[in-house]
Amino acid sequence: MIHTDGLTKQFGTVTAVDHLTLDVPEGEVFGFLGPNGAGKTTTVRMLSSLISRTSGSAEVAGHQIGDPSAELKLRHQIGILPENVGLYESSSAYENLEYYGQLQRVEATALRQSIERLLRMLDLWEKRDLPVATFSKGMKQKVAIARALVHDPVLLFLDEPTANLDPEASKTVREFILELKRERRTIFLNTHHLDEAERICDRVGILNTRLVTTGTPGELKLGMSGHRTVVTVDGPMETLAAAIRSRLGDRRIDVQGSSLVVDVTDPDRENPEIAAAIVGAGGRLRQLTQASASLEDVYLKLVHEGGPSA
Amino acid sequence: MRLSQAWIVARHDLSMIRRRRTILGALIAMPAGVSIGFPLLVWYIIVKSPGITDGVIISFVDAFAFWFAIAGVMLPSSISAYSIVGEKTEKSLEPLLATPTTDGEILLGKVLAAFLPTMVSIWAGATVYMVLIDAITRGTLGYLYYPNLTIVVLVFALAPIVAVLAIEISVAVSSRVQDVRSAQQISGVLFLPFILLYVAAEIQVFPLDTDHLLLLAGILGLVALVTFRICRRVFDRETILTRWK
Ligand SMILES: Nc1ncnc2c1ncn2[C@@H]1O[C@H](COP(=O)(O)OP(=O)(O)O)[C@@H](O)[C@H]1O
Ligand SMILES: [Mg+2]
Repeated sequence: MIHTDGLTKQFGTVTAVDHLTLDVPEGEVFGFLGPNGAGKTTTVRMLSSLISRTSGSAEVAGHQIGDPSAELKLRHQIGILPENVGLYESSSAYENLEYYGQLQRVEATALRQSIERLLRMLDLWEKRDLPVATFSKGMKQKVAIARALVHDPVLLFLDEPTANLDPEASKTVREFILELKRERRTIFLNTHHLDEAERICDRVGILNTRLVTTGTPGELKLGMSGHRTVVTVDGPMETLAAAIRSRLGDRRIDVQGSSLVVDVTDPDRENPEIAAAIVGAGGRLRQLTQASASLEDVYLKLVHEGGPSA
Repeated sequence: MRLSQAWIVARHDLSMIRRRRTILGALIAMPAGVSIGFPLLVWYIIVKSPGITDGVIISFVDAFAFWFAIAGVMLPSSISAYSIVGEKTEKSLEPLLATPTTDGEILLGKVLAAFLPTMVSIWAGATVYMVLIDAITRGTLGYLYYPNLTIVVLVFALAPIVAVLAIEISVAVSSRVQDVRSAQQISGVLFLPFILLYVAAEIQVFPLDTDHLLLLAGILGLVALVTFRICRRVFDRETILTRWK
């Protein structure tokens, strides 16, 4: 659905996006993570042929970006929720959606049905004739997402859909995105909310002008923590640590209160050995868990180091 | 360039404009004032100065009619400032640009939305003006002054050209300012040279007869062509998204 190769955008001397190479297959919800100024919005604008690229190439929904003859077709096949909702405040929700549907050349009957379906899904049908100015931020955001969907695009770009929303509004918007995911739509989601990415996305990419890494949230967390096993024990800590080392070979073991944090490479094989070493040395094993980094740890580490962990 | 796509934009903007009382008010009040107020003034002048010559009456009538060209400056710039800066403040240009509509189609839609109501209002006003002037001056002149070539040139050549020029200038100004009021005020500067022309006509320096109106229309037409190129450069998708402040 999206394939980019060395996609680059410079604003004067500022490089906003640097050699982005990325694939997003059909039906995937892809989370694009990165701090402010990472180039997320610039990427979405390039992919939706709103702004030009400096170099590199990209194919979106079967169209090459930068090809003037394909531009209109491309924009007909995608839907965008921009960073700012940009609704006509004095117009009603219905009128806002209707205008975009007309610009997208949706036939009148189909457009009415599409608007009704979306507004019902979003619990806004009863309020369809009220000016958008009377809506809460969360409601406006929902109308703006509906606007991106009114022509039933094959690919949806959402640029920070829950930024600046209170927790309750974020939740409704997130639930709506999950509903779209169940419809098997391809979604490219810009965000800097990590748990949002983790809950919604099949795969994420971390961008900091350059693409730092991509993978499923699970893979990234695993890649970061390596594997560490945390055992909570009663007994002399240093003795138990020495027993583990003598059984599994020398390795890093941190003592944290009544817990030992052991570096492991193959948990399935080594965890039983750790348990056996502790019991053999006269310790009492209270708990053994596999430590995992949060996506936040991964993100902060990668963004600050500017490269994938070794 | 698909006219039908531009028309969708124009129709939308026209319906937004219909909700703005100040714009609607100006569209009705200004031509109404010119087309009723000035004939009454002509009537008053004739009644009060029995010895007045036909030539003086006609110079008044022509000069007053020039206000329809001035309306062509004032009315559209307030509309197009609203329809462009308004979108800018609502940040609705980006979603608009994200639809399968070219920059040229959006621009044309916005130009039409400002041009059409202006011309309708000017033409309606000019019709009323002609009827009233004829009714008032017939007895003195002994013939029907209107319709004549002068007013045809004025409302079918000069006024549309002036309106297009005013819209173009307001598009260029709209890209630089943050609020509708300042866009309207800056575009309003164009109003000054027209007032000067009007004063020049009243003191007989630049008579607003057919020849002079055609000359003016020709010069302004050329200016409008140059301005059009600036306008297209300013109203470019990427420029709007990355450089408009
Ligand atoms: N119109 C512009 N002109 C100059 N620099 C820009 C422009 N838009 C974005 N940038 C720069 O490009 C970088 C990426 O911005 P952006 O894509 O908005 O990041 P994000 O959406 O991840 O916050 C930033 O350094 C920003 O300052
Ligand atoms: Mg952004």
